[in-house]
Amino acid sequence: MITLGHYLIVSGILFTIGFAGVMLRRNIIVILMALELMLNAANLSLVAFSRFHVDSSGAPNYNAQVFVFFIITVAAAEVAVGLAIVVALFRIRQTTHVEDINTLKF
Amino acid sequence: MHPLLFWFFALLMLVFGAAVIVNRNPVASALSLVVTFLALAVLFMSLDAYFIGIIQVLVYAGAIMVLFLFIIMLLDLRAEELRKINRIASAGGIPVALALMVQIVLIIDGFQSAKQPFPPLVKSTSDDVHHIGLLLFGSYTLPFQTIGTVILVATVGVVMLSARKTQ
Repeated sequence: MITLGHYLIVSGILFTIGFAGVMLRRNIIVILMALELMLNAANLSLVAFSRFHVDSSGAPNYNAQVFVFFIITVAAAEVAVGLAIVVALFRIRQTTHVEDINTLKF
Repeated sequence: MHPLLFWFFALLMLVFGAAVIVNRNPVASALSLVVTFLALAVLFMSLDAYFIGIIQVLVYAGAIMVLFLFIIMLLDLRAEELRKINRIASAGGIPVALALMVQIVLIIDGFQSAKQPFPPLVKSTSDDVHHIGLLLFGSYTLPFQTIGTVILVATVGVVMLSARKTQ
């Protein structure tokens, strides 16, 4: 039988994959994709908790789903701004590698 | 939902999630991300969150992935020629990620109330869009307006960032 724990573990592994992507990859676009994976892992655990907390009238807790709605909206805005910064950066430096962008590195 | 379906879509999501960070070609990464988001939408629907599942498909698999693919094509990124893998980053990153995963699995495994089955839902006469809409325009009006402002600011910011300076 599938319990809340299964969903939470799947969500945790997805978060770890995203985290490893941010740590290991050097391409800034792939790093943005890995950030999306981490946001989605958080969404999955929120929806699982929403389904787990059934109130007295037998409905899931919709507050968590409203929160997921907000997260998806903010993620869309974040991706738009992030990719615009990547394009602006590519225009002056012709690279998307984080190792080539080291002006501020001490 | 049948347990086999859960395992199928969970594995599909994790395998293609791993493919996102393993692939060297950014286009292949983006297409793997689409499959990950679709499998995740199925998992949302298996939790009776149909509205969230549908906006996951529309916003993520639709809008955000088109944005990613458009930028990859615009910048004309090829598969990166085999650069030397940064050994310090891998030596630090892989153990930290593994430690994080082991920690998460151990903590959730020791979480006793997570081992109970999901309580049954009472068949409702109204759908979940109705309930989410009531909350959104009732108790969450201020956050909703704030999100609207955030999107407006992001739009203006993107236009400012990508406009070419003419002088």
